[in-house]
Amino acid sequence: MSFLRRRKGTDSSKSQNLRCNIVKEDEKNNLYESPRKESYNSKKWSCWDSCCWFIGFVCSVWWFLLLLYNTMPASIPQYVTEAITGPLTDPPGVKLRKEGLTVNHPVVFVPGIVTGGLELWEGHQCAEGLFRKRLWGGSFGELYKRPLCWAQHMSLDNETGLDPPGIRVRPVSGLVAADYFAAGYFVWAVLIANLAQIGYEEKTMYMAAYDWRLSFQNTEVRDQTLSRIKSNIELMVATNGGKKVVVIPHSMGVLYFLHFMKWVEAPPPMGGGGGSEWCAKHIKAVMNIGGPFLGVPKSVSGLFSVEARDIAIARTFAPGFLDKDVFGLQTFQHLMRMTRTWDSTMSMIPKGGDTIWGGLDWSPEGSSFNCGAKTLRNNSINNTGQIPNINLANMKDVNYGRIISFGKDVAEAHSSKIERVDLLDSMKADMLANLTNCDIWIEYHDIGDHRIKAVADYKVYTAGSILDLLHFVSPKLMARGGAHFSYGIADNLDDPKYQHYKYWSNPLETKLPDAPDMEIYSMYGVGIPTERAYVYKVTTATDCSIPFQIDTSAEGGSEDSCLKGGVFSADGDETVPVLSAGLMAAKGWRGKTRFNPSGIPTYIREYSHAPPANLLEGRGTQSGAHVDIMGNFALIEDVIRVAAGATGKELGGDHRRCSPDGIPTVGGSKPQPHWHYDRLGAVAK
Amino acid sequence: MASNFLRLRKPYYVESTINCSSSSDQKLVNLSFGINETRNQTKKRQAKEHHGRRSCLDSCCWVTGYLCTTWWLLLFLYHCCLPFTAVHEVPELMPAARLKREGLTGIHPVVLVPGIVTGGLELWEGKPCADGLFRKRLWGGGGFTQLLKRPLCWLEHLSLHNETGLDPPGIRVRPIPGLFGADYSAPGYFVWDVLVKNLAKIGYEGKNLHMAAYDWRLSFQNTEVRDRTLSRLKSKIELMYQANGNKKVVVVPHAMGVAYFLHFLKWVETPPPMGGGGGPGWCAEHIKAIVNIGPSFLGVPKAVSNILSAEGKDVAYFRAMAPGVLDSGTLGLRALEHVMRVSRTWDSVVSLMPKGGETIWGNMDWSPEDEHVCDFSKKRYFRLSPSDNNVNNSNEKQVFRVKDPVKYGRIISFGKAASVLHSSQLPTAVLKEILHMSASRNFNSSCGEAWTEYDEMSRESIRKIGAADKAYTATTLFDLLRFVAPKMMNRAEAHFSHGIADNLDDPKYNHYKYWSNPLEMKLPDAPNMEIYCSYGVGIPTERSYVYKLSPNNKCKRIPYQIDTSVDGEDDSCLKSGVYFTDGDESVPVLSAGFMCAKGWKGRTWFNPSGINTYVREYQSKPPTSGIKSTTHVDIMGNIALIEDILRVAAGATGEEIGGNKIYSDILRMSERINLRL
Repeated sequence: MSFLRRRKGTDSSKSQNLRCNIVKEDEKNNLYESPRKESYNSKKWSCWDSCCWFIGFVCSVWWFLLLLYNTMPASIPQYVTEAITGPLTDPPGVKLRKEGLTVNHPVVFVPGIVTGGLELWEGHQCAEGLFRKRLWGGSFGELYKRPLCWAQHMSLDNETGLDPPGIRVRPVSGLVAADYFAAGYFVWAVLIANLAQIGYEEKTMYMAAYDWRLSFQNTEVRDQTLSRIKSNIELMVATNGGKKVVVIPHSMGVLYFLHFMKWVEAPPPMGGGGGSEWCAKHIKAVMNIGGPFLGVPKSVSGLFSVEARDIAIARTFAPGFLDKDVFGLQTFQHLMRMTRTWDSTMSMIPKGGDTIWGGLDWSPEGSSFNCGAKTLRNNSINNTGQIPNINLANMKDVNYGRIISFGKDVAEAHSSKIERVDLLDSMKADMLANLTNCDIWIEYHDIGDHRIKAVADYKVYTAGSILDLLHFVSPKLMARGGAHFSYGIADNLDDPKYQHYKYWSNPLETKLPDAPDMEIYSMYGVGIPTERAYVYKVTTATDCSIPFQIDTSAEGGSEDSCLKGGVFSADGDETVPVLSAGLMAAKGWRGKTRFNPSGIPTYIREYSHAPPANLLEGRGTQSGAHVDIMGNFALIEDVIRVAAGATGKELGGDHRRCSPDGIPTVGGSKPQPHWHYDRLGAVAK
Repeated sequence: MASNFLRLRKPYYVESTINCSSSSDQKLVNLSFGINETRNQTKKRQAKEHHGRRSCLDSCCWVTGYLCTTWWLLLFLYHCCLPFTAVHEVPELMPAARLKREGLTGIHPVVLVPGIVTGGLELWEGKPCADGLFRKRLWGGGGFTQLLKRPLCWLEHLSLHNETGLDPPGIRVRPIPGLFGADYSAPGYFVWDVLVKNLAKIGYEGKNLHMAAYDWRLSFQNTEVRDRTLSRLKSKIELMYQANGNKKVVVVPHAMGVAYFLHFLKWVETPPPMGGGGGPGWCAEHIKAIVNIGPSFLGVPKAVSNILSAEGKDVAYFRAMAPGVLDSGTLGLRALEHVMRVSRTWDSVVSLMPKGGETIWGNMDWSPEDEHVCDFSKKRYFRLSPSDNNVNNSNEKQVFRVKDPVKYGRIISFGKAASVLHSSQLPTAVLKEILHMSASRNFNSSCGEAWTEYDEMSRESIRKIGAADKAYTATTLFDLLRFVAPKMMNRAEAHFSHGIADNLDDPKYNHYKYWSNPLEMKLPDAPNMEIYCSYGVGIPTERSYVYKLSPNNKCKRIPYQIDTSVDGEDDSCLKSGVYFTDGDESVPVLSAGFMCAKGWKGRTWFNPSGINTYVREYQSKPPTSGIKSTTHVDIMGNIALIEDILRVAAGATGEEIGGNKIYSDILRMSERINLRL
């Protein structure tokens, strides 16, 4: 230290020497031309001074405002909001506490994909100092600071789907794991706060955090997560006087919990050995929020070309920016490489094939959903209580069944007019990959131009053939995923092969547990256009980029067409189509079916989307969007009532987007017949 | 390194040139050149002219901007240099890195049990004044900023109910679960973090590393009643045992966590409803070893001064340095009174009171530490091999012994005389007199609302206790406390006991209040389990106090305080009213080591199955830098201790890591204690 100090001293004295030479000269100048220079100086500061002044000014103002903000009583924002929008309704927790509701059943949260935090336990040199810091969730600060290092640590091993050597990234545990996804962006926090109002606390709430990158069974293999959930549920039941738990899974957590219910009753070593009574003994209700029971089309575009509507739109606005390698970033390729190591993304590939998602010329949605947001409101005035297909003239029948089509004309033509070259033939044709020397490895570089052309030549892919497509373009990924997930429909559920864990998260290939007193809720938002099918094109870009892109130039003919920017939309919560979220509860499990042998009662609770009225409302209290619905007051109220002991009947049974007497619910959506349930009735059995 | 220096040089150079070229009205650096004068003149002229045109505000902005920019620049440079320094430091911080190269991997799951005040607490329900703090930390981490923002609200929320020792109505403050709970007690002040980092290096992660966070304000049994903490811990241990291939767990409790875990050991094997119903073999089946760090098995004298006057050595020093600041009520602060009011609602403080009475802690004229030498600078420890048990160097130690032994047994004495005179010269039975007198406690509460329990005592009895030349031993102390803090002692003594058992088979010892006192419980029947007592030595530790009546004897004041004017000679154990002995700054060696050194050694009454015990002492070396420090909390970063824990977690037994390692007089102290074993 003393050495340093001395060093400093000499340095400064040296620089003083230097400086003073300059000063000397300055002074000389000053002496000679002092009148002019002085006046110059006094009129105008040097640039440096101005900079300092400016920074100082900004800082001071900022601090001052900060001080004011901090000293402001906490009630002011609320006061302002009330002044603008009228008196606020009580949050459901407060309201229900006044009604006398208190803690009853313990609550288990199961977070979905990407909402759970991940932290670093062991890493490479480049991640020094990040021990037990969040890599995923929180501020994502590391993503900006060292993007490559971050991507490397977030990836899993390409072969095993587990940790790469030398890296251990683990889920954050406890309620903090998923209460906020990023700073200020709530996921579970609102629900937790409301539950706390009626007396819930740490001992009666449990966040079943898991590593959402892994395949479900691997969370048990690596982290024993399923065992931990089992043990925690047993503990909560035991310490709360034998009260069964209410499970609240969200998004992919729904599938994870389906897997758990099968796992816990299956005998070891594959299962948890809880015995066939376990679910009946420990679970009161499963309240699925926005559950992609049958998968989401979004995951297909995600796997196929790492894009969804948002990215495609960004690409049209700033063409070239994302594609160019000016910065040497190759963002997409990195992202793709990273997400492709995550097995869990494959759990959400559409399940049930053409039977559920529609064939070339048929889809369960048909043409009944009106996609234009504007007309949606108009219609609600015009055709209240009538059959909505009045303006069918400007609504072409959408071929939702074709999840991926190459070219807009292909997407809209009748199936007989499409010429397709068989994929399997071309698969045999050319197995030689042309070796590219790209830095970044993605499987596309292994498959060669012929195959890319073959993919495009096949032109149209339905939910069934999507699987072939993915097997074709990324065989390794699908081979890995195929060991953990299955996407079919069971012919005979008693076939012993269905005891394998890869079927457990597919509701069409499993039986629900034998627990007639349990209840299953499907709660999801409706009224938001949701990605359902895509129009693709082959890019002509360089060797090292992804050869397929969503064709954002493909637009529907009229304003209220379902095709926008290369994406066909259907009704849903912005991520999960209604079909996937509601079918099982509406039909597949309704009553005693082969998927639900003990007749577990199911309830559908739909929440109409109403965007926040103004900025002060934040993300809204009536939102139906996939994540924002976690702050929906109606949903929270339902959850609290069930947690406090109510049954589905007491809640009012099914609650669809229009109330029984045909009057539209708040939010301005139009009444519709429940097409999907009726149409699928024929299909599902 | 060279580039490093270059980089460091830059800012200085830049700054100084800036200073020079900027023609501000700041003071100029004096230059040792002849040009000085002319420059100054010019400067003055400039300044005069500028004065008219540049307002004060502008200058202020300028200065702020200048400081900000410099600060940012330095910050930026600091971050640039950080990688270099980090690389330099890491290997030393990480004994695990070396052990990993040796091939050590984590085998046994590890449970960490934090001590008092190190665990974080968060708010779940509060009064309106705590608006917006839902699930924010009140204690630990950033929670202390709330102390500054709204001190009274903060104190109110941290208090417990005065009668039940549980939540006050309308307030729920809960422990923060998981590793976040106690890895740092305040930003930058690590508690468990270094240990956790090292464990992670040899393969530990969430599934085999658990922090048993509990609300350290509650009595131990109440953590189960209110939060089910003991049940959760049991379930967690069972889960980790199963999920890790039936490997037993290694438990690492710290400070009060030691007593908490003793309580757990008894609780888990006791049948419900009082216990956890694990059955008699539970501990043997699930626990490999308990590595107690800085264990306060027999309590700490600090707890007494804390209850009596809410002060310890630190507070007393502070008072001596800046007299009046703490005592003046002018600011309306009355910090100590507030602290006392809050901490007296915490039952757990009572668990730290000295246990075992005069048998352990010494009576008026005798104490087990009689031969202790206080001059810590002259003191030398000799590393002993475990075989020649401390006998050889007892002669050398005698050399240092100069004076009469300190009467450590008198934990509280009023006045210096009372702390040194022979017991026959002291008045007796004063307390009984007072107690008798105040049996008719017709105090006139002239102080209005009762602030602390002192306000409910008559002035006269306060004065009488303080004025008498009276000393209290570990046994009579309880009479005193019961007198000055009747409510608290009433409440807490239903949960804790501080005696020595006459007959451990007496069915009354099945009650939970005896479970955390090692002198009133039997260890479980688990002969393969191991118990370690790991603690720092060689640091002066508070052992007994000299008190006086507070000069400021008004209402709502604490009537007693440590008499900081009392000092011994140079190498005396008495400093500023506090007698020191050997220990780790908080826990005396006696409390930390006695059970392992004697009470549980071999097959004793308290240890019927003959669980192996090991004493592991860590010596403080004079320049106590972070990694070698052995003070009560800093020891958690001590590399020798961490290495021991890692080895045990990786499967080593006590014999394999070297058995006993003793520097202090603990063995001879233990010999002097006459306890039926």
